[in-house]
Parts: sequence; C-alpha cells; structure tokens
Amino acid sequence: MARAVSTRRMLVLTAIGWTIGLVLFFPIVWTILTSFKTEGEAIASPPSFLFFNWTLENYAEVQSRSNYLKHVMNSVVISLGSTALALAIAIPAAWAMAFSPTRHTKDVLMWMLSTKMLPPVGVLIPIYLMFRDTGLLDTRLGLVIVMTLINLPIVVWMLYTYFKEIPADILEAARMDGASLRNEILFVLAPMAVPGIASTVLLNIILAWNEAFWTLNLTAANAAPLTAFIASYSSPEGLFWAKLSAASTLAIAPILIMGWFSQKQLVRGLTFGAVK
Amino acid sequence: MATLHTRSVARAMMAPSVLLLLAWMAVPLAMTLYFSFVRYNLLMPGSLEWIGFLNYSFFLTDPAFGTALVNTLRLVGGVLLITVVGGTFLAILLDQPFFGQGIVRILTIAPFFVMPTVSALVWKNMLMHPVYGLFAWLARTFGLQPLDWLASVPLFSVTLIVAWQWLPFATLILLTALQSLDEEQKEAAQMDGARAPSLFFYIVLPHLARAITVVVLIETIFLLSVFAEILVTTNGGPGYDSTNLTYLVYAQALLQFDVGGASAGGIVAVILANIVAIFLVRLIGKNLET
Repeated sequence: MARAVSTRRMLVLTAIGWTIGLVLFFPIVWTILTSFKTEGEAIASPPSFLFFNWTLENYAEVQSRSNYLKHVMNSVVISLGSTALALAIAIPAAWAMAFSPTRHTKDVLMWMLSTKMLPPVGVLIPIYLMFRDTGLLDTRLGLVIVMTLINLPIVVWMLYTYFKEIPADILEAARMDGASLRNEILFVLAPMAVPGIASTVLLNIILAWNEAFWTLNLTAANAAPLTAFIASYSSPEGLFWAKLSAASTLAIAPILIMGWFSQKQLVRGLTFGAVK
Repeated sequence: MATLHTRSVARAMMAPSVLLLLAWMAVPLAMTLYFSFVRYNLLMPGSLEWIGFLNYSFFLTDPAFGTALVNTLRLVGGVLLITVVGGTFLAILLDQPFFGQGIVRILTIAPFFVMPTVSALVWKNMLMHPVYGLFAWLARTFGLQPLDWLASVPLFSVTLIVAWQWLPFATLILLTALQSLDEEQKEAAQMDGARAPSLFFYIVLPHLARAITVVVLIETIFLLSVFAEILVTTNGGPGYDSTNLTYLVYAQALLQFDVGGASAGGIVAVILANIVAIFLVRLIGKNLET
C-alpha cells in the first residue's frame, strides 16, 4: 500500500518537476530553435516549434555580417587570460593564508571580500578616464586587467577554502619520510591542490565570459567580447532574430556546458564558503 | 612552527594580491570621491573647480534620482521575492526523488549561465515583442490583448528577466543547504505525526534561514548593479521608468559627460551597497571562525 502511494507521489512530482524545468529552460530552447529558422519563420505567427525548414544559413551569415570569430577570440583571450593571471597572483596568497596563517589572515580575507562588494559605478569614471589616457580603452589587455582584478577576491577565497582542506599532517609525514621541499610540493601537495584549482578555473572562466558591465563600458568595435558584441543586436533597425539567435547560441553553448559541470563549485565560490 | 623566516615568506606571497586589490579599490575610489567635489565636464575642458557639495545637491534633488532610487529598490525587492520564494519551492522539489531529477536540475540551473546581454535580448525580442513575440501570440490565442511589455511595464519586465537569471542561483544554494538537513530529524518529526506544512515551517525553513540570508545578501550586492539588462532592453526608459541608480550614473557620465555629477552618484551607490555589505561581511566572518 505504502509502495503504491509513493509511486503515485513520484509520478506527480515527476510531472511537476519536468513542467517547471522545461518552462524555465524554454527561452534557451527557443533561442536554439530560432537559430535554425529563416528570418521570416522566426517572426511567424503562429510560431512553428519544430516543423520548419531547418537551415544553417544564419550561422554562416553571423560570421560574414561582422567578424564573429574575432569577438569569439576576444572572449576566449579575455576569460582565459584573466583567469591565468588571477591564478598566478592568487595561488601564492591563498597558499600562504591556508598554511601559515597569522592573526591578520582573517582580516585580510574579509577585506578582500569587501572589495568585491564595491559597486562598479563607484569606480567606473576614473577607470574609464585612466584607460582613455593610457590607450587601454577597447583593448584586450585592458579588459584582461579589469577582469583579473574584479575576480581576484573570489579566486583567492575559493583557493583558500580548498587549500584549507588539505591536511597539514600529510606534509609532516612526507618530511619524515625524507621528501625534499621540491618533491613535497610536486608529489604531495600539487595532486591534492589540483581539483580545487580546476574548480576555481572553471568558475572564473564562467564569470569572466559572462561579465557585462565592464565589457560594455570599456570596449567598442575592436576588443568587444561576445557579451558586448551581442548587445549590438539591440539596435532597432530591422528584425534579425534568427541571426541574433545563432550568435547567441554559439556564445552561450560552451559556458552552459561548463556550468553544468561546476554546479557545486559555483555554490562555494559565490557564497565565499558560507554555504557548503 | 611559524618562524620569522616563514612569516616573511608568507607575507611576500600575499603581497601581490593585497597590493593590486588595494590599488584597484582605493585609487579609483579616491578619484571618484575627488571628482564628486569638483566641476568637471568632459565637454568643457579646463581647470577643475572645487564646488563642495554642489554636485551632491544637484544629484540628490534631481527628480531622476528619486525615481532611480525607487526603481533600484523595486527591482532588487521584486527579484528577491521571486527568487527566494521560487528558489525555496524549487529546492524542496529537487530534493525529492523523481524520474529524471538530475536532468530537471540541469534545465533549471541553465539560465544562470546565459550571458546577461543574450538573456535580455532573447526576452525582449522573441518573448516580449508586442507583435511577433511568443507572449503576444499566447495572449492572442487566449483572446487577450497582447501587452507591449517593455513599453507599458518596463521595470516589471526587467524584473522578470533578471529574476529568471537569478532563480537558479537561489535554487542551487538552497538545494545545497537542504541536502545538509539531517534526514533522521525529518523522519523523527514524521514519526511524531508532523504533517507537511508543520514539517516545512518548524524544521525545513529554520534550517534554510541561514542560506536564505546568504542568498538575499549576495543577490542584493549584484542586483544593486544591474546594468546590461537595462541597457539593451529599455535604455532606462520610457523616460526614467526603468532607470536604476547604476544606469543613472552611467548615463550621467558617459552620455552627458558630467563627471562631477556622476561621481557624486557613484559615491551614493557605494554608500548604499556598503549598508548591505556590512551585514554580509559579518555573516561570512562568523562562519569563518567555526
């Protein structure tokens, strides 16, 4: 009897769950579908959901209309470059704070966290003017710098919480066994640190790829990554929904896939370890 | 074990991060503060003239500021309401076993990974367009008058778009918190005859309280700075109907070139965000000790 009830409960939950899931996911599905339509079909009413002439022409046109690949490259360079730079700066700091903490470590961490809470408009104007005067406006380098700095607190924090979980005893043990410092780092610490660093990298790439305040304000035609490039489709002249959809689908696909792999890390990274 | 040597090595390892962040935060912030007290318009080059609090009094008495402040609070409040209530519901749902639960979780979380400009444009055009949008078609199908979302209810439309983006965040965090709830405690309550509502209000909700606080504070920090969604959908309009504080400062600086006035606005935004930040920092700091 109890079993029958729980099966019915399960079916009801399945129906509710799938309905909500599909509704929330619908705008993404709709974007993907529209990217395979002609412009005419994209605005057809009633809309065609699956039975239309599937075409790839939008994907070809997105590239020929404006140099789409250039903007893809900008996104790649900016997100990977800033992630690498942030890691190089943050790993030593997080390492020091996790393995030789002082009584100030906590204050430093909290202060770093507080910099993340500074609203970007508070510093937009000086940064804009400095970039203008130094020729960094609309350059990849400029955005790599900004992206590194805005994500640095999150990177330090995430690495710190991961490094904290590496037991210090294991270092003692390795030392007892006569491991040199080099071997200790290479064979004992590094393998344990890698998963944490990998998660941090993943989250940071996602954040940098989707960042849209600084990219919109500091780039124009040259260094615009996909976030800023897609925004150029908001111009009112003409309806280019199919092309907009094709450009959007390509822009969100890699991050969507990475995001699904990093759900757990996302919680840790964005709550600064407050929820585990 | 921390000898003088290791301590100075540790300090050297931390120095780059600390110094860079200090430069990134302190230098521009000091400049903004300075600009907020001078007359400085990019269209009128010349010496910067100290004018005291004039920028502030202009900015704060401008009717646009009042509108933007109210819009900011309504946007943040609206998104928080939708994401916290919806997120709690979704988290509880996703915590139950059902067929394809893992796939549904992936579908639910997906919107968070869509870049803001894409989600804003997809909603603006393909869903909310008054003639060709899907919502308009749905309305006509049910014999209703299609709504011109972004023209007639601009702030509500932006709230919907932003809520769609942040619902996964709330869900994910509340789900994580829910999964740490002691099953035995729940079972014990059920054995004692607790029904679903009392189980929710006396056991689940108190357990989630902390996570909900974290969601509210972190979302508030980000939502005070919503920008891209407004820029590509409404440009703050019609009039100032969907202008928030962030967008107002942007418009003042980069569209009207009034550096002084915009800087005063920036400082006001910083103060507002700090009020929230103080609570968040305390909460996380407490967690760090345990």
